[in-house]
Amino acid sequence: MAAAFNERMGLLLGLCISLLLGGSWAVDRGNFKTCDQSAFCKRQRALKPGQSPYRALLDTLELSDSRLTLQLINDNNKVHLLLELYRLQGNITRVKINELKPLKPRYEVPDVLVGDQPTEPLSVLSQDDNGVVLSLGAESQRLIVSARPFRLDIMEGPEVLLSLNSRGLLAFEHLRLRKDTQADPEGAEVKENVDGAEQQDEEQKAEDGGKDKEEDGLWEETFKTHTDSKPNGPTSISLDFSLPGVEHVYGIPEHADNLKLKTTDGGEPYRLYNLDVFQYELYNPMALYGAVPVMLAHNAQRTMGIFWLNAAETWVDISSNTAGKTVFGKMLDFVQGSSETPQTDVRWISESGIIDVFIMLGPKPSDVFSQYASLTGTQSFPPLAGLGYHQCRWNYNDQDDVKAVDQGFDQHDIPYDFIWLDIEHTDGKRYFTWDPEKFPQPKEMLHGIKDKRRKMVAIVDPHIKVDSGYKIHSEIRARDLYVKNKDGGDYEGWCWPGNSGYPDFTNPEMRAWWASMFAYDKYEGSMENLYTWNDMNEPSVFNGPEVTMYKDAMHGKWEHRDVHNLYGLYVHMATTDGLIQRSGGTERPFVLTRAFFAGSQRYGAVWTGDNAAEWDHLKISIPMCLSLGLVGISLCGADVGGFFKSPSAELLVRWYQTGAYQPFFRAHAHLDTPRREPWLFGPENTALIRDAIRQRYTLLPYWYQQFYQAHKTGQPVMRPLWVEYPKDTATFTIDDEFLIGQDLLVHPVTEEGARGVTAYLPGQGEVWYDVHTFQKHNGAQNLYIPVTMSSIPVFQRGGSIVPRKVRVRRSSDCMENDPYTLYVALSPQRVAVGELYIDDGHTFNFQTKKEFIHRSLTFANNALASRNLFPESNFSTDSWIEKVLILGASKPNKVTLQMDGKETSVEFEFEASMSVLTLRKPGMNAGADWTVVLQ
Amino acid sequence: MMTCAALLIVIGMAVSSAAAVEVQRPRGVPLSKRQFYEENKPFTCLDGSRTIPFDRVNDDYCDCRDGSDEPGTAACPNGSFHCTNAGFRPTFIPSSRINDGICDCCDTTDEYNSGAKCENTCKELGQKEHEVLQKMAEITKEGFLLKQQLIQEAKNRQQEKQSKLTELQNNKKELEEKVEALRTVKETAEQPEKEAKELHLKAWEEQKAIIRAEKDKAKMAEAFLELDDDADGFVAVAELQTHAELDTDADGTVSETEAQGLLGGVDHVDTASFEKVWDNIKDKYVSESQPVEPAPVDTPPEESNKLADNDSEQYPSDDDVQEEEEEDEEEDDYPEEDFDKAPPTVKTPPKKDEDEEAMPPYDDETRVLIDAAQKARDNFEESERALRDVDDQMKNIEKEISFDFGPDSEFSYLYSQCYELTTSEYIYKLCPFNRVSQKPKYGGSETNLGTWGTWAGPEDNKYLLMKYEHGTGCWQGPNRSTTVKLTCGKETTVMSTSEPSRCEYLMEFTTPAVCQEPEAVISSLHGHDEF
Repeated sequence: MAAAFNERMGLLLGLCISLLLGGSWAVDRGNFKTCDQSAFCKRQRALKPGQSPYRALLDTLELSDSRLTLQLINDNNKVHLLLELYRLQGNITRVKINELKPLKPRYEVPDVLVGDQPTEPLSVLSQDDNGVVLSLGAESQRLIVSARPFRLDIMEGPEVLLSLNSRGLLAFEHLRLRKDTQADPEGAEVKENVDGAEQQDEEQKAEDGGKDKEEDGLWEETFKTHTDSKPNGPTSISLDFSLPGVEHVYGIPEHADNLKLKTTDGGEPYRLYNLDVFQYELYNPMALYGAVPVMLAHNAQRTMGIFWLNAAETWVDISSNTAGKTVFGKMLDFVQGSSETPQTDVRWISESGIIDVFIMLGPKPSDVFSQYASLTGTQSFPPLAGLGYHQCRWNYNDQDDVKAVDQGFDQHDIPYDFIWLDIEHTDGKRYFTWDPEKFPQPKEMLHGIKDKRRKMVAIVDPHIKVDSGYKIHSEIRARDLYVKNKDGGDYEGWCWPGNSGYPDFTNPEMRAWWASMFAYDKYEGSMENLYTWNDMNEPSVFNGPEVTMYKDAMHGKWEHRDVHNLYGLYVHMATTDGLIQRSGGTERPFVLTRAFFAGSQRYGAVWTGDNAAEWDHLKISIPMCLSLGLVGISLCGADVGGFFKSPSAELLVRWYQTGAYQPFFRAHAHLDTPRREPWLFGPENTALIRDAIRQRYTLLPYWYQQFYQAHKTGQPVMRPLWVEYPKDTATFTIDDEFLIGQDLLVHPVTEEGARGVTAYLPGQGEVWYDVHTFQKHNGAQNLYIPVTMSSIPVFQRGGSIVPRKVRVRRSSDCMENDPYTLYVALSPQRVAVGELYIDDGHTFNFQTKKEFIHRSLTFANNALASRNLFPESNFSTDSWIEKVLILGASKPNKVTLQMDGKETSVEFEFEASMSVLTLRKPGMNAGADWTVVLQ
Repeated sequence: MMTCAALLIVIGMAVSSAAAVEVQRPRGVPLSKRQFYEENKPFTCLDGSRTIPFDRVNDDYCDCRDGSDEPGTAACPNGSFHCTNAGFRPTFIPSSRINDGICDCCDTTDEYNSGAKCENTCKELGQKEHEVLQKMAEITKEGFLLKQQLIQEAKNRQQEKQSKLTELQNNKKELEEKVEALRTVKETAEQPEKEAKELHLKAWEEQKAIIRAEKDKAKMAEAFLELDDDADGFVAVAELQTHAELDTDADGTVSETEAQGLLGGVDHVDTASFEKVWDNIKDKYVSESQPVEPAPVDTPPEESNKLADNDSEQYPSDDDVQEEEEEDEEEDDYPEEDFDKAPPTVKTPPKKDEDEEAMPPYDDETRVLIDAAQKARDNFEESERALRDVDDQMKNIEKEISFDFGPDSEFSYLYSQCYELTTSEYIYKLCPFNRVSQKPKYGGSETNLGTWGTWAGPEDNKYLLMKYEHGTGCWQGPNRSTTVKLTCGKETTVMSTSEPSRCEYLMEFTTPAVCQEPEAVISSLHGHDEF
C-alpha cells in the first residue's frame, strides 16, 4: 500500500496533492530533509574532530559489582554528565551517558529491550591519574577509560577492538532554559551552538565579522511550511566510534542501498527516521519506513556490533581512515602497530534522548546475532502458512473478486496460503469495518477461503477517521488516547480517510484497548483465518512535515520527537497482542508491518514498502532484506512484481523466482496498475511462475526449520555469504546472492535478458550441488551458470541435509501430513548433517507444551541416522520419509533400515552420472529414531 | 508409517437410470485407461519410460515420470485422479488434491483417507446442472430462432443498404451532371450581370467627378470671399498671412514671401487667378467659419466609432473629405465576386450626405440581369448541396458495410443502437461498434470507457468478446478500455459491468446473436457420461 494517491483520493484531498503528485516517477527529494536542513544534524556535523571538551572526573568513579559510574565534565560549559558502564552477559558492554542533573528527565527508550539484562562483574585492573583499566571478564578483554580528553577503548590482548570518542565528537546538548524568556543561569553557553563547540563557534563568528547571532534552529525550526516549536530547545547527542582494522560495516536499515555501507564523507549521512517515502530512489542513504539503529562491523578476524538505543531522528556518518591518523591516549601508544591499519570511523547523531549504546563484541557473526537477540529478542515464529505464498493487490474489488482469484489459483494449479485485502475493503477507510456493498458477508468469504485451507489478511492502519459515528474513533476520543498536539488538543492529520486521529500507541492503555478490538466479537466479520497488516505506521501523515507527524506533538509527557521511530513498533506490538489474545493465547499471530524499530522482529513480518516494477528494485530487494536479517528481522520480503508501475512478463517471472527464495513471499500491486495474477501472462509464464511457487512449497520444511532456529537463537534466515564464511574476504561485498540458513545458496537472476549469472560459491575445500541437476561444483570459485527463463540458480552445500515435501498442494495446510524427502548432500569427507523440525504449524504448543519434533539428521560412516534433539518434547506426526536422495554418493551393495531393533532392506537406485543414490520408500515415520546403513 | 494400500477397489457406478455395473480397476483410473492397469501383470508407465511390478501401482510412491503409476494417490506431482462422479459429470483432478482434506469430487472418492467429511453431492449437482442446461437449452433454442431472424433481417438490411448504395451511386452521377450544367448556367448568367454592373458603376463615377468639381468650385469661391477681407475683389499677401495654417516652412507663421509664393509671385490675385492659388492651398486651408481642427492624431471618439462601424479603413485625416473618400474607397475596394453578392448600397451604413453621394439604384435592365444571375447561383449551390448529401449518405453506408458484423451479419442489428445499465453509482452505456461510456447517476460528466476497437474473442470464436479502447485517460495510468463479453440470451441487454483492473472495464452483454445451434448444446449435454 502506498502514499500514492488515486484519482478519487486526489480529488478529495486537494491539500495533499501538491505534496505527493509531483508528476514524475521518482521521489520528490524536496519533501525530505537533508542533514543541512535538520538543524541538529547541521550543528553536530559542523563539529571538527580532535577537540573534545569532555574530561572524565576519575575521583567520581564508583564501582558496584556490575555497574561503574563516572562523571564527565564539559570543560567549556562545566556541564556534568554521568557515564554508566555495564558488562552484560554474552560479551556485551553497555555505555550510557546522560546529564548528571538534567532540567527534566530525558527520554530513555522503553519496551525494546527484553527482560532484565543479566550483568557480569566488572573489576578494576589498574588506575592512575590518566585513566582506569577494567577487566571485561574472560579473553583478556579490557576496557580503558582515559580521562583527558575522555575516551573509552575496548581491547583484547594488544589490539584495540573499538574506541569511543576517539575523535572527540562526543557532544551532549544539555537541557537549558530559553534565554529570551529567562536569564541564563550559565553565562558560558551564550555563544555555544553544540556543547563543546565553543571554540570553533568563536572562530566562525570571527570570520563572519563578529556577528553575534544565535544559531538558527535551537528553539524553533522551519521546514517547508512546517514549523517545529522545539519547546525544549537543543537536545541532540552525538558520539563517535573508531573501529581499527575494520573496512566493512553493515546494517542500520532501512535504506534502499547496498549491503556494505558506504562512507558518507562529502555526502549525506545515513538517516534513520521512519518515513513514508513516495516512490523511493535506490542507492542512497535517505530514510525509509523503518529504522534499526544497529551496525555490524566485520573483518576476517572478528565481527562486532553497535546498538544505539535511541528512537529519535538519527543520522549516521561513516568514514574510512587509517588507525594511525586518530589521536590516541598516551597509554595506548605502545600497543599500536603499523599506522597503515585500515579503520572505519562511525558517528551517531540523534536529536534527543540519551546516549545508550550496546557494544556487542562477537567475535563470530553468530555471536553478535545471539548478543543482539539477548537484548531485543528473536524473530517471532510465524505460522507455517505465513511462509507460503501471499497474493495481494490494492485492491481485490469485492467478495466475488476474491472468490474468482481463489479459484484462479486452483484452475492453474498454483498453491497459495494468504489472499490480502487492502484499504478499499473497509467502509470508508474505517478500519475494523467492511464496505457494505463490496464485502457484505465477510464471514461467508472467509469460510470459503477456509474451506480451501487458506487464509486472509485485511489491513488495519493506525490512523483513525475523525467521525463521531465511528465507534473506534469515538472510543479512543472518549478514553482520551489520541496523540496530542502541542497545545493539548487531539492531534489530527490527513491520511486515507481524510481527517484522522492518531492513537497514542506508546501508551500501554491504548495498546491494550487496541488489542482488545481484535476479539472476534469486537472485530465484526473476523474469524480465526483472518490476520492483519499494519501499514502507514511511520506514522504517515499526508499533510505533515516530511509526510509524518509534527515533532512537537505529544505522547503523554514525551514529545513525538523522542518516540518517532518507536511508533510503528508499538502499533505492530499492539496488533500482534490482539491476534494472540483473540485465540486465548494459543494461536500464533501473523502481522505485517511497514514501519519498524529494533525489536520489531518479535511481532511479525516486515516488507520493504512501496517499491516499483523495475529491475533495480528487484535487485535491491536482496541487500534490503539481508540488512534487515543482520539486525534481527528475518521475516522480510519485497512486493513481488513491484508495487508502482507494471512489470514486463520477464520481470514478473524473475521476481517470482527471487521472491520464492526470500523469507516473506508476497505479490502486491498498486491500484492503478493492470491486474497481474500469475496466470495473466500467457501459459508459458504461468508455468514459470507456478514452478517458482512450487519450489517454494517443496522447501517449506526447510524454511520452517530456519524460522524455528531464528526464533530460538536469533540467527538470520536470509544471510549474506560473509556470515557463514567470515574469513573469506571475497564474500564481504556480495549482495546479489545469499544463503538461506547455511545450506542453500541462491543467486537469483535479476538482470533483464540474462543469458547467465556468475555465482560465487564460497568455502575452500567445500562442494556445492546444483539443486536442480545435482551437479557438483567446488567451493571458492566464481561459477558461470548459463540460464534460461526457467532457471533459478540454487545450490545445496555439501555436508548438509535438507528436508523437503515434494508433494505440492493447494496450500501449506493441505501438505501437513505429507511425507518428506531428504536431500543428503555429502561433503568431500562424505558426511552431512541436518535437522528436521515439525509441529502443528500454528499454535504456541511448541512452546507451552513442548509439542514438537526436533531431530538431528546425520550422515557419517555410510550411515544416515535420525536422533531426537529434545527427548522431552512430545509430538506425533503422520508424516513419513518417502524418499532419501544422497548426492555425491557411491553405489552401495545393499541398503538396510534399522528401526525398533529390526532390520529391513531398502530398495535403491543409483544414478552414476551425477552420483545420486535414491532410497525408495524407506517409509519410517518422521518422528522416529532410525538408521539407514549403506553397505 | 502410512502406506496407503489402496490397490484395487470396487467402484460402484450408477448410471442415472438405475442399473449398477461393477468394474474393477485401480483407484483413480478412468475406464478408458483400464486396459493399461492389468492386475498382477507388470505395469508399464504410460509414457513407456519404465516397467514396474504391479504392486507398485498406487503404492504411494512415484515411480513413473509421467505419474501414471499413482493414479489414486498424491505421490506424483504431475499425476491426475479420475472421479467417476456417477450422476454428475466425471472429471480429472490433479492428484495433489487427493486426501488434502478438501472435497473435490462430488462422489467423495478423492478423500478416502484424510478424515475430511465429504458428502456425495453428485446427484444434486447433476440435477442442478441438468436444470441449468435445460434452461440454457431453452434460451439457446429461442435465442437461436431469434438469431435466424436477425440474420434474415441483417440480410434484408444489407440488401437494402446495397440497393440504397446503388441508388445513391446513380443519384450521384445524375447530380454531378446537374451540378456541371448548373455551373454553366450560372456562369452564363453572371457575364451580362457583371457587364451591366460595371457600366452602371462607370456612369456613377463620372457623375461623381462632376459633382466633386462643382463642390470644389463653390468652396473656392467661398474661400475667396473669406480671404478677401477688405472685399476689394482681390486676395492680397496680407490677407493670406492671417491664415497661419498655410505656413509652408513650418515656422508657424506665413511670411510675406511665403504668401507671395502662394499667390504665384504677385501681391494679389483676382477671382480668376485665385483658381491656381486655390489648388496650392486648398488642402491646408481652414475656413474662418470653422474652429481650428486639433492635430489629426487626436481622434475624436465618434470617428473611431464610425471606423468600427465601417469595418475599418485607413484613418482619414480630414473630417470634410472623410465621408466622401470613404465611399469611394469602399466602392473601389470591393472585389468583383463580392460585388455579385452584395451591392455597395446595401452594405454601406446610412450617412448624412447619403442622398447626394449614394450610387443611384441599378436600372431595371441591370436588375433583371442580377436577379437572373442570383437565381442561377442559388440553383447551382443547391445542386452542390444535394451532391454532398449523397456523398455523406454513401460514406455512412460504406462505413456500416465495412464493419465485421459476424459471419452472417447477425450483429448488424446492434449498429447505431445503445444499451444502458444503471448501477448504484453510474449509468453505463454500450453503443456497439461505437463506444462505451459511464455517467454518474447523480450528475457529472460522461466518461468515455473506450471506443470500438475490435472483436477479441478466442481463436475459435472471436465474436464472443468486443474490445473498446482509447477511452479517457486515467490518472498515472492507461487510457480506459472495456471488454464486452457476449453470451447467448433472448434479450439484448447489458447484464453487468465491473472494473476488474483499474480503468479496465468488463461488461457482460446478452444477445441472441451469439446463440449456438441447439443441437450442439444438446450433444454436449449428453456427451459426459462414460457409457
